Amino acid sequence: MAEAQALRKAVECGVPDNDKYMHPTLLKNRGNWKYHDRPRPGVLHHVSHSGDQVWSVRAGTQRQMDTHTIRKLCDIAEQYAEGFVRFTIRSNIEYIVADQKKVDPLIAKLEGEGFPVGGTGNSVTMVAHTQGWLHCDIPGTDASGVVKSMMDQLYDEFKNEQMPNRVHLSTSCCEINCGGQADLAVIIQHTKPPKINHDLVANVCERPAVVARCPVAAIRPALVNGKPSLEVDEKKCICCGACYPPCPPMQINDPEHSKLAIWVGGKNSNARGKPTFMKMVASGLPNNAPRWPEVNEVVGRILRTYKADARPWERMADWIDRIGWPRFFEKTGLPFTKYLIDDWRGSRANLNASNHVRF
Amino acid sequence: MAKPMHPTPNLDQLETGPWPSFVTGLKRLAKDKDYVVDVLGHLEHSYQTRKGYWKGGTVGVRGYGGGIIPRFTEIKDEAGQPVFKDAAEFHTLRVMPPPGMHYDTATLRQFCDIWDKYGSGLIALHGQSGDIMMQGCTTENVQKAWDEINEMGFDLGGAGPAVRTSMSCVGAARCEQSCYDEAKAHKAVINSFLDDIHRPALPYKFKFKFSGCGNDCMNAIQRSDMAVIGTWRDNIRTDDELGKKWFARHGMNELINDVVSRCPTKALQIKDAGAVRKDAHISAVALDGKQCLEIDNKDCVRCMHCINVMTGALAPGKDKGASILVGGKSHLKIGGLMGTLVVPFMKLETEEDREKLVELAQSIIDFFAENALEHERTGEMIERIGLVNFLEGIGLDVDAHMINTPRTNPYVRTDGWDEEVAKIEARKKAAA
Ligand code: HEM
Ligand code: HEM
Ligand code: HEM
Ligand code: SF4
Ligand code: SF4
Ligand code: SF4
Ligand code: SF4
Repeated sequence: MAEAQALRKAVECGVPDNDKYMHPTLLKNRGNWKYHDRPRPGVLHHVSHSGDQVWSVRAGTQRQMDTHTIRKLCDIAEQYAEGFVRFTIRSNIEYIVADQKKVDPLIAKLEGEGFPVGGTGNSVTMVAHTQGWLHCDIPGTDASGVVKSMMDQLYDEFKNEQMPNRVHLSTSCCEINCGGQADLAVIIQHTKPPKINHDLVANVCERPAVVARCPVAAIRPALVNGKPSLEVDEKKCICCGACYPPCPPMQINDPEHSKLAIWVGGKNSNARGKPTFMKMVASGLPNNAPRWPEVNEVVGRILRTYKADARPWERMADWIDRIGWPRFFEKTGLPFTKYLIDDWRGSRANLNASNHVRF
Repeated sequence: MAKPMHPTPNLDQLETGPWPSFVTGLKRLAKDKDYVVDVLGHLEHSYQTRKGYWKGGTVGVRGYGGGIIPRFTEIKDEAGQPVFKDAAEFHTLRVMPPPGMHYDTATLRQFCDIWDKYGSGLIALHGQSGDIMMQGCTTENVQKAWDEINEMGFDLGGAGPAVRTSMSCVGAARCEQSCYDEAKAHKAVINSFLDDIHRPALPYKFKFKFSGCGNDCMNAIQRSDMAVIGTWRDNIRTDDELGKKWFARHGMNELINDVVSRCPTKALQIKDAGAVRKDAHISAVALDGKQCLEIDNKDCVRCMHCINVMTGALAPGKDKGASILVGGKSHLKIGGLMGTLVVPFMKLETEEDREKLVELAQSIIDFFAENALEHERTGEMIERIGLVNFLEGIGLDVDAHMINTPRTNPYVRTDGWDEEVAKIEARKKAAA
């Protein structure tokens, strides 16, 4: 028996058809939806050309879920909804029901079990985040803990739709930025070059590959204490950490010197202006586990300023486009330092080549 | 009952506050599992010292070169033995979800049962790459867990220099903005590259993402090497009844401030009902008896804004399909890149349409495999060799939709100009 199992060959089935996992009303009206509205925050009401309707109730989760939590979400789906759920890209769960009468009891049950209902429309929705200390091999900080502390603070903004437009957040626990572009992102920013354990380099690292990885060609092969190793030109090094994944003896993470930076104005949507990259607006924040108060203070400050000042439908990027960067720094009280002036390739495009000045 | 907990003063602080706590979830698992007791101890050690302690390695399942993210502890005592010995191995299985991440509860429960049996009981729904992340498994149990997951009809996703797990938006299943069947396109493409997913042999990762319209809920433009983003060619559809309903609720100020003045190409105008232009590329929606919102569809870039605000009153046209953009990526190594438009429009309605999409994907991956340097993403390769060389390599003609502006410098050798003009003329003739 054990042997028979050991010989099992993988079935390379790929991605399954989603038909059988989908709520029947969705399946029936696939490609035939007419419009939607939001009867209240956290609820989407979709109407089909066929006249069919569905209500989707969206709730926040902790993303890294234990099986008890997943089973509890399943119990709720079976008792209060119609047995079908889906997840959004930001780890919110959605319950789909074809009967409006089920909406209120479902909401009450979810909230009673501690899952906030919200995250739709112009709310602050759940943070797109990564693995961090819990699982990754290169993290400078945690992911789930930072997110928990942010969402505790933004809880009411998740449950209400009071922002000028939707707010997407992300966090990344290294400069690689798995979390992606967002209206506001929290990302590790190292401030010191890697500390090299020369005894290990020759055994662990494929040195030419490591040399090739550096964006500023700061790494070169060297003999250290008679052993082949690598050395870093610390004047050139931009402390990006790209050499660390292929060469773990080049430790980039530092409890004190790995800081957190805040970026704003990323937008993937094509709505109104073209998609934009986010821009760094603050750095040097301490990696202050377990609740990162300094980071949360800046996040809160930026979001409050945006909420008070932006016009309806302005995403973070649209708002800053209108008011200009000097006023962004003025209104948020964040210091504009020389490190925020771009000098990477293509940087001239980020300088003001005009005398457009707002006074 | 599991062994006693390690003290976790830092993690305990993440159990306060209203948002659901992953720590509370882990502690619940730790009641029955020594494994999770040590996972919590391991994580608390990271919180106390502010460093990570997992290292990679090689763990896999039979027949596949990827799909498992191996993790071994680096917290060792003087004798080199793991301090948290029950969590010395903490591997993750990346499992590809159904497109759109739909589930019936029986399926979710089955995942839970498998993971209670073989793993830690911790599942991330979902990873940023779109995988179901079954987190925390010993080397010994990886194959066993995988066998049962595979029996359910699920397959592993990609890791390393491979085609990666893909994501598609909810789209046609529940969104009126959807311009093609994202799930079908997703499945058709991904399931054509299973070998490149399961046996990493590309210069670097390659990601596909599928969004049904320009709202790009999957962040395809920036997070995928090949982005399929829905659009349409004919006029925006209108519904007078819903238009009037919208206007009655929101009024002229909102119409002007939030809709008309936010159109990026000034395609919208307010007109008296009798003054709406009659040309074929004009559509209009009634606001009340007297006035209409007029859309010049030749100017519209299908940005989605007005449709988002006035959903139902305005809707994407009927001649739907998708644009293809290539080369999006994050920072490493030359800085973040957005995808570049290489196909302004292709239909995606029939199996044949989807086959054409797969063929295009195949030619892009082939070119990438042959021409990219090691650890170079598609976008970096295009930046190095130039878009024109890339287009010639995959057999696409240049098109003015691909640029923001023509070149702003003279540094190019143009002695092939006349031949290029002749080619364009010949193409025009052939098409006519
Ligand atoms: C040297 C380059 C890179 C290395 C070594 C690397 C390494 C990793 C590792 C080890 C993980 C798994 C984390 C875990 O589960 O333990 C991961 C996850 C991920 N990476 Fe990367 N990565 C690199 C570049 C990138 C880039 C450029 C992007 C984006 C364009 C990216 C996007 C992601 C995403 C989305 C995830 C999933 C995170 C999650 O959902 O939790 N990575 N990466
Ligand atoms: C910028 C240029 C180059 C860099 C940064 C570079 C870097 C390296 C590094 C880091 C190693 C590992 C050294 C060691 O194991 O001690 C290496 C090995 C080597 N390099 Fe280069 N290299 C460069 C150019 C070249 C060129 C031009 C050649 C030949 C014409 C070359 C031939 C070799 C050879 C034969 C080895 C030994 C490979 C082996 O271990 O079997 N390298 N190189
Ligand atoms: C043999 C080489 C060149 C000759 C003989 C030449 C000659 C001239 C002349 C006669 C003018 C008109 C001046 C006037 O309005 O009174 C002029 C203007 C100008 N030239 Fe050149 N030029 C040469 C090369 C260049 C090059 C290489 C550049 C730039 C890379 C350049 C940039 C300019 C500019 C920017 C103007 C002013 C145009 C304007 O603003 O109206 N020239 N040049
Ligand atoms: S952002 Fe970096 S550290 Fe965090 S999970 Fe991704 S690769 Fe790991
Ligand atoms: S940290 Fe970045 S810049 Fe510094 S040596 Fe490593 S790869 Fe180069
Ligand atoms: S990308 Fe467009 S079609 Fe897809 S879910 Fe978002 S709005 Fe709907
Ligand atoms: S969809 Fe077209 S008409 Fe509407 S705002 Fe965008 S560009 Fe303007």
